[in-house]
Parts: sequence; C-alpha cells; structure tokens
Amino acid sequence: MTARNITLQVNGRTVEAQVEPRTNLADFLRAALRLTGTHVGCEHGVCGACTVIVDGRATRSCLMLAVQADGAEVETVESLGRADALSPLQQAFSDCHALQCGFCTPGMLMTLESYLRDHPAPTRDEIRDVLSGNICRCTGYQGIVDAAMQTAASRRSPR
Amino acid sequence: MKAPDFSYHDPRTLADLMSLLARLDDAKLLAGGQSLMAMLNLRLLAPEHVIDINRIPELAGIRVDGDTVEIGAMTRQADLLASDVLAQVAPIFRKALAHVGHVQTRSRGTIGGSCCHLDPAAEQPALCALLDAEFEIIGPDGARTVAAADWFQGYLQSALDERELLRAIRFRSWPQGHGAGFEEYARRRGDFAIAGAAALLDSAPDRSISRAAIVVFGVEPSPVRLAKAEQALVGTQLDRATIELVMEEARALDAMSDAHVSADYRLHLAGVVTGRALSEAGSLVEVAP
Amino acid sequence: MSTRYFGSPVARIEDPRLLSGGGRYVDDIALAGMLHAAFLRSPVAHGRIKSIDASAARVLPGVHAVYTMADFSDIASGPMPPMAPHPLIKTPITSYPLAQDEVRYAGEAIAVVLADSRARAEDALAAIELDIEHLEAVADARMAAVSDAPRVHLSRESNLIATLRGTHGKVDQVFAGAAHRFTESFALHRGGCHSMECRGVVVDVDAHTGALSLWTSSQSPYMVRRFLAAYLGRDEAELRVVAPDVGGGFGPKANVYPEEFAIALAAIRCGRPVKWIEDRQEHFLATTQQRDQFWTLEVACDSEGRMLGVRGRVVHDNGAYAPYGMILPATALASFPGPYALDAFDIAIDVMLTNLVPTTPVRGAGRPNTAFVLERLADRIARELGLPREEVRRRSFVRSEQMPYVTGGRMRDGSPVAYDSGDYARALDLTLERIDLAGFEARRAAAKARGRLLGLGLASCVEDTGLGPFEGASVRVTPAGKVVVSTGAASQGQGHATVFAQIAADALGVVLDQVTVKAADTAAFPLGISTIASRIAVTAGSSVEIAAREVRGKALKVAAHMMEVSETDLDITNGEIGVVGVPGMKVTLASVARTLSGAAGVPLPPDITPDLAATGYFEANQLAFAYGSQACEVEIDPGTGDVKVTRYVVAHDCGRLINPKLVDGQIRGGVVHGIGNALYERMMHDEQGQPITTTYADYLLPVATEMPDIEIVHLETPSPRNPIGVKGAGEGGTIPAAACVISAIEHALGPNAPPITMHPVSPQDVLRWIAQSKT
Repeated sequence: MTARNITLQVNGRTVEAQVEPRTNLADFLRAALRLTGTHVGCEHGVCGACTVIVDGRATRSCLMLAVQADGAEVETVESLGRADALSPLQQAFSDCHALQCGFCTPGMLMTLESYLRDHPAPTRDEIRDVLSGNICRCTGYQGIVDAAMQTAASRRSPR
Repeated sequence: MKAPDFSYHDPRTLADLMSLLARLDDAKLLAGGQSLMAMLNLRLLAPEHVIDINRIPELAGIRVDGDTVEIGAMTRQADLLASDVLAQVAPIFRKALAHVGHVQTRSRGTIGGSCCHLDPAAEQPALCALLDAEFEIIGPDGARTVAAADWFQGYLQSALDERELLRAIRFRSWPQGHGAGFEEYARRRGDFAIAGAAALLDSAPDRSISRAAIVVFGVEPSPVRLAKAEQALVGTQLDRATIELVMEEARALDAMSDAHVSADYRLHLAGVVTGRALSEAGSLVEVAP
Repeated sequence: MSTRYFGSPVARIEDPRLLSGGGRYVDDIALAGMLHAAFLRSPVAHGRIKSIDASAARVLPGVHAVYTMADFSDIASGPMPPMAPHPLIKTPITSYPLAQDEVRYAGEAIAVVLADSRARAEDALAAIELDIEHLEAVADARMAAVSDAPRVHLSRESNLIATLRGTHGKVDQVFAGAAHRFTESFALHRGGCHSMECRGVVVDVDAHTGALSLWTSSQSPYMVRRFLAAYLGRDEAELRVVAPDVGGGFGPKANVYPEEFAIALAAIRCGRPVKWIEDRQEHFLATTQQRDQFWTLEVACDSEGRMLGVRGRVVHDNGAYAPYGMILPATALASFPGPYALDAFDIAIDVMLTNLVPTTPVRGAGRPNTAFVLERLADRIARELGLPREEVRRRSFVRSEQMPYVTGGRMRDGSPVAYDSGDYARALDLTLERIDLAGFEARRAAAKARGRLLGLGLASCVEDTGLGPFEGASVRVTPAGKVVVSTGAASQGQGHATVFAQIAADALGVVLDQVTVKAADTAAFPLGISTIASRIAVTAGSSVEIAAREVRGKALKVAAHMMEVSETDLDITNGEIGVVGVPGMKVTLASVARTLSGAAGVPLPPDITPDLAATGYFEANQLAFAYGSQACEVEIDPGTGDVKVTRYVVAHDCGRLINPKLVDGQIRGGVVHGIGNALYERMMHDEQGQPITTTYADYLLPVATEMPDIEIVHLETPSPRNPIGVKGAGEGGTIPAAACVISAIEHALGPNAPPITMHPVSPQDVLRWIAQSKT
C-alpha cells in the first residue's frame, strides 16, 4: 500500500500529511494529528462517537478514509472552545449535565453544532430526532436535549 | 476492526473511472461509504482495489426539465432531503429521505450507492421502483438504460455488471397535486425498516383514483410494486374497503424471515404500512376542479 | 461549617476538560515505541486447540511478535486468580490469560499479535493458522442443567457450579396457610453493558527496574494491581495501575480480565510498551454480560392480596467461567425480599456453566432480576384478586414503622440484612400522584381515539448501597492554599471528583475551584477497592469528609495558636481563617500549610504534626438502603406492536444529595438502561454458542428519539450509617425500570392478554399478545 499526500484544513489550520489509504479519518485525526477529542466507539457507523464536521456537514469519521478528506475542511470538537473558554453549546452541556463519562460527548457536540447552525428554533422532538445517530449510555439523553434547547434559545436572543 | 489493505484509486474524470473499471479485477466502488466502509472495517470484504468516485463532479446533481427528473448517482442523501426543487416535483422524496439513516449518514450517503447496494429495506431503491425510474449506466461498451422493473435481480443484486457504473437515475414526475404517502416501521429512528411502503395517487375530478403506484419494501428481497392493486384502484374511491383490499395484496407477498423477525410479522406489517401510506397519499391528493 | 456546596447542583469540575476534547482515555495514551496488540480469538464456543501456526503472520510487515501462553512460561503461568472466591467453588473456574488447550466460549483469547499498528496486527491475525477441534457446546443454561448435557468444561463432570439458597421463615407453613398461591415462570435475557468506550489497556515496563505501569479502562485499578502482582509473583509496589478517564463502566469493567494480564505478559516479554484497545466486535464477544436467568416461582398471598411468601428455583447462566465468583447470582438472592415484608421465602439458584462469555454484574447486578420477578408477582396477585396494583403494594410493603427491618436475607459475607430507613409506600404514592394515576382513564380514552393502546406501569425497589469494606481519601492543603483530594476511588462518569470537591470545599471553607481531585492511581493513593454496587459516595465521600474535617481541625488549632485566640472563635471563609466578629484578624489556610511544611530550625506549634493533611478510610460496616418507585406510561401501536415509553416518573430516596443534578443524571441514565433491557437489548447466540447479535444493527441500544423525559421526585432520608448521610444512586434508576415498562405494557394490553413474564419484549410479542387477548 502506497502512502498518499493529503492537504486539508483541520480546525482552521492547514495540515499536510502522508497517510495510508486504508486509514480512516477518525484514526488519522486521533493518531497523526493527536486530536484525541474525536472518539471511536463502534467502527461500523452507528454509535456516532466519531462525528466530526466535514465541509459543513456532520459526518461519521470512522466511515470516511483520511485520503477522502484531502482538500476538505474538517472541524473537530477541539474547534468549539477551550476548557477555559467554552462555547455556549459546551457551556450548556455543563449547565444541563449533558455529559457523564464524556466519551460520546464530542460526537454529540459536533452533531448539534452542525444542526444548530441551520436550525435556530428546534423543538425537543426535533433535537431528539437529530440525535438518533449518536448513542449515549450514561445520561439517558434528557440533559443533552436540554442543552441543545438552551443553546438554540440563547442564540436567538443573545444577552 | 481496521480495514484490510487495498489499492486506492480516486479518478477525477468519468473517462478515468471507466478505464479503471475496465482494467481492474476485484474492485469495489466507494461512493458514500456508509455501507462499504462499515463492511471494510468489519473485514466482511477485502477487495484488492477500492475506487473512490467522490471526485467526479458530473456524477452528482438534481436536474429537472419539464416532467423529467434526473438525479446523479452520487447525489448525497442530505441534498435530496434539502432540495426544494425535488420536494416540489416529487414530494415522496422528502418523506422517505427523513427515514434514511441519520443526519451523519445522509451527509455522505448517496442515492446511487443505495440503489446499487440494494439492501431490501432501503428506501431509495423503493422510490425508484415506485416511480418507474430508469437507471442510466455506463459500461465498457457505452451507455445503456435499465428500467426499474429489470434493475432488481435478487437479494443485494442489481443489474449492474462488474465493469459498469450507475451514472444517474431518471424518472417522470407525477403531476402537481398528486398525493404521496410514505410509511415504514423500524424499531428506532433511522434503523433499517422492517417493512415500508410508499404510494402515489392521482385522482379524477370526481375524486376517483385515476392513477396509483404502490411499492412495498423490506418484505421481499427486492421492492415490490402491488401491480394488481394499482390497477384495481383505478376508477374507485379510496375508502376503508379499497384500502383493505390493497393491504391484502401486500400481505400476500413472499416475506423474508430472520433471527429477529418472522415472515408472518413482516407480512402483517406489510399490510399495515401499505394501508397507512395509501391513506396518507389519499389525504394529500388535490382534486382538480 | 459551611454547607455552601453540599446539596447544591454545582457544575462539574470534570466538564470543561471533557467538553473541549481534553479527556484522556486509555486510547489517547501514546508511549514512545509502543506496539499495538490484537487478539486471536476462538471461532468456536467449545474446542480443543490442536496447533497454532503463526509463521506466516510473524513475517508480515510491521508485525513484531505473536505470543501464546507458552511464550510466557518463564514469567508466569496458570489460570487467572478468582476475584471473588466462594467456599462452594472448590476449584476456581477462571480462564488463562491466553487459552492453552481448551477454549470454552467463542471469542476466548488464544494468542496475541504485536505490531506497529492495530491494522497490521489484524492483518497478522488473518494469517495465523489455528487448528481447533470442535467440541460439543452448551448454549443454554437450562440445557446445561440436564443430566446428560455436554460438558462445558471437559474436566468438570457437572455443569452446575453450585446452588445458592436464600431462605427466611417457615415457607411450607406460610404457603400451606395462604389463601392464594400462584405459580409463574420468568425468562430474563442476556444483554451487554455497552459502555461507549470499550475496554483497553496500555502496559509499560521500566527498562531498568522492571516495574510495570498499566493504564486500564477499569473500575478496579487496585484489584488489577493486586491480582496481577500476585500472578507475576511480584510485590504490589512494583506495579502502578491507573484508571484514566473511563468512558463508562456499568459493571463489567470491574472485573480483572485475561487481556489485561496477557498484555502485561506481552509487554514484559517484548520489552516495549503495548497497547490493546478492545473494538466493538470484541466487546460483543469477550466483555462479560448479564442475565439469561429462568425463574420458576410460587407466590403466596392472603385474601387481601398481601404478599406472604415466595419460593422457587432459578437457573442462572454464569457463562463459561466464574471470574467474579458467584457475586451476580448471590446479589439477586440477597435482593430478596425487596420492599416486601415477606413472612417467608425460599429461593434456590442453580449457577450453571455454559459455553458463552461469562456473566458478571451489569448495572443493578442481579437486583433488577429480583425486582422484576417480585413486581410481576405483585401485579399477578392484583390481577387474580381484582385489586388495584398499587393496593397490593401498599398492603405488602415493609412499613416505615417497621424500620430498621430485618429482612431475613443475608449479605455476601453472611451477615443479616436490615433496612435502615425508608417509606416505601410514600415513594409509591408520590410517584402515582406525579404521573397522575387518577387521570389515566381519560388519557387512555384519548389514546384509544387515536388508535393507540395506553398503559401505566409501576414498580418499586430497595437497593443496598455503600458496600464495604472501605474506600479512602486524603485531603491536603498546599502551601499555595490549594486543596488536593486524593483517593483510590475510580470514576466512569459519575462526577465523583465534583462531589468530593464539594465535600472538601464545605469542610475547609474554600471556594470550589480551589479544590483538585486526583483519583484511581495506585501510585498516588495506597488503597482502593472498586467502583461497583453504588458504593463510592458512601465510602469515598465519607472518607473525604473525615479527612477534610481532620484537616480543618488541624488548621483551626494552628490558626488559634498563631492568632492567640480560642479555636471556637474561628471560622473559615474563602480559604481565610478569621475570628468571628473581628474582620481583619485572620490567617490564610495557605499560611497554615506553609507553617506546617516547616522551615529549617523553626519549631512547629506545640502538639501539631507536620503537613496540613489527613487521610481517612471510612469503613462501611453496614449497608445504606436506597429505595424508590417508578411509574411510566407506554403507548402501543396495535398495528405494528410498537411500544413507546411516553412518560416516566421516579421517586427516589438516596439519603442526602450531595449534588442533585448528578443524582438526577444517574437516575435518568439508569432508567434508560432499564428501558433498553425491557424493549431492546437481547444478546443472542445460536445453539452452538455462536454469538448472532454482534453489531449495533442487530443489538439495539436505546436512542434519544424513543426515550421519554424523566421526572424525578426526591426524598431525602439521611442515612444514619455514614457521616454524610448519603446512600448510593448509581443503580437505583435501573433496578425497577424493566419491571415498570413491562407492567405498563401488560396494563395496556388489558386483562385478557396473557401476563408478561419476560424481557426484552418485541413488537412481534406484543402483536401476538394482542391477538391472544381477543380470543
């Protein structure tokens, strides 16, 4: 297998790397770029822990080859905020106790980040619907829905 | 669960793709990847070559010309769902696409991928059957068209030959004001349907049905049009009794069974989802004055 | 002493890091020179290994080694030590780190490959030639119990590990004199824990000292250290085990696993760090599961429907080994009589071996099974006698005046069980009021008009929490004035660090963000047991309280000396020890800490030891009993058989709440886990013991779209059994949940439908029962 050169934007920075074609995007982000915020939960496209945003769309990074991200813009959880400067969505997660073990959380955040960009006024049912591709075993989901609603509301009427 | 080794190709033009297809043995096309990548990760497949067709722009797009709709095979499901143009001329798409996987899978998944993979529970192939779509194929010997009736060759088996590419899907849209209904049953949102149905109805000024198309999917290995019921409906009023007759035909299909779902249950569901899809279509059809 | 934080829903101190991608789970750890491991696993449920030829695998690019157990013979040998020995298990029934001769479940690890990457290690697996003779497998515990059943272990004549028995009162007499007796059989199916993070371990060996460092996604780092050290013939001090951020545990990560041992052996053998990350397929195969229990019970009640006694037999599937002894079936037994004041019970559990992956506690640990059967029996009594279901509970529950209530049950160590406090009837009343039982019929009629069947279910439970013997914590104030809490208690998302910080901040009068918590590192804190059985808040929480109070006392003593005042005049606010009523007269905790850190030639204040620190070990000699009731509504689509849980209410008493938000999270997560068990999760094997459901397409976990919002009412009866008055909360949401949902489904289907005695139930089952109810 011959390695390939790829160039992509990751969290606003240009990244150049050499990858084996069979390496998936999740493993590339985690191992080559040391962006370990994106997690791997099932590797067959159901659990959603690996969700990142590629060219503006929530994507399962375990089902995409890193070479396919050549020329793409990738956003991972590390782009949302910092521990000392959380984004409103991240802050809402903490306010609403939307995370416990934190493993599914980056995937949840990226799915919601992407969704809320285009849907400023969701209902609880719509939030639950968009979360159908992200599994959480700890929270029972209610806090996550609360956090998404809180964020949407705060974006509609910023203080 | 890491994918096995393969040679990776990402042609930029259709010509390059066709020449690769002609030349390489044991090659798999990588479209949306939502099925293929999972199978590679699970090592259910180990092709020698993977041909990534995501970099060929002319393979994607929704083109409407009068009542002819052509959808490029690489059109993403998210784009199908979002397309107001498509929703206008073929409202059944938006209804069905909402059930296709999850937001993440629709970002990458394509209609062509779904229609070539042909999972029995897939919604998009069912819509193609419903709309009598034509499958535009390119192969080593040039282009050919396959009618929907000939596309489904069995379980996970399309009419596509190894060296061929599905380029686009084309269908004639139904007149404005037709009724579209869609119903599927899955255990959870986005799961593979255990059984599903879609219906299109058009009616005459006296509210009687002038045209009907009904497809049931997830029950037999391929989507099935309820041809007898469609014919029988023409000239009738849609009511409980006529719906029940259609449901009976749905319940007479040759249902699959597996460790989770019995054939009997599938058949029962086939009736239920057919009835509901038909009712919905009936409630939405606009009667021309 | 302030109670500024205790009882307050403060934001978690873990959150900012986890939210911004700063979590450090075992797969995030990368060490220089690290190799990646993949396991060759048995393709059959029962077999004899005849030969392994790894020659082709060894020469593949990037492959460094392929090891079997034989390759470790000079380092260590023998089967894994049992985690919970039991006198009835004469010879421990554990596996080897790598199976040597006989494999007893599909997925059992046989060999390990080390390579540059996981992908290359998996390539190598495919190149290993394994010659394995198929042996007859037993895939059903009931079949295993039959006299001429194939042997699960060739060397064990009987597939019965032991029969556990729990008795209380004069069962025969109670049954003979009872007005009514009903018999029922129950089937509770297998499921997995499916933490979103699978298991994993990284092992590093110090090239000079040979000391081992392990990072493992475990609930029991101290047990890993203890057992691995013993296995290697080393002193525990030579091993450091750390549980980093762990992405969910739920029980199975409390076990000590063959893979942890095998990777340690491999690292020692090859002299390089080794990482193994379980993938989801392996999780389906080789992480322990729970259930497959078949209960046949008889219940006796009086003419008023008061439950008097329960007796019967259980066939329990323990899987192919007993790595965790018989804790799981023992816990099911110890959960009798639940909230019911039974005059007698007699339950025998046949703990069977099968050629399936072993079963060990998963959230609830056998308690949900007991709650399920008791609640179903209570509903049955109601049905048979034409009584409201809640009335049967009111008549049968232990009454609050009866507390402390000696149940007749026995704990793991044989000591008698006595419920400390609780008002079970009140919890049930609150639940039913909150779900508006009174308005149910109107809602049922409205649903019917929409073509849906509506049902209301209820269930209750008692949960023993705070299992002993202890956990420990130390609290230290640094010269800079920060407070460092150190504990052996491991976390998998419960928010322990926040809770401990709250306790310490209150005791020491500091602001919450002055407190850091370090945990689950055997090199940083000497002793720990395990995070299981909803025990950490009680044990480690109390330890933090004890240590923090001691530190406070010491600080006040020193401050009193420094300011020449009496200790009783002092209070601590925001890290400053001040004289009450005299602003400006104060010293900081930091300065006290500096004083006690010493300076050359400067004596310490009299009768004071160095270091502003203390260590506490709270010994939980008695259990603290949480309890609660749940009610839910389900809506059934009679066309498809689909069941949706539309409303859910929980009334829960886990004593004082340190952080109500976190308790709510535990309850909600626990309930959804229980809903999963009721409706979705069914781990299936075929007759040859081959797992059938091995992906998330086949094994269904609860997902947001189908889950209800869950309302919680809290009761807070402080536990008198620990200094902070808390009870555990990790499992109380799950324990009665499956029973609650099933109760609702049965209610929705109406009195003519057969009683539901199993879980999970499928839409097909529901349709079948609807059809049966019409005939």
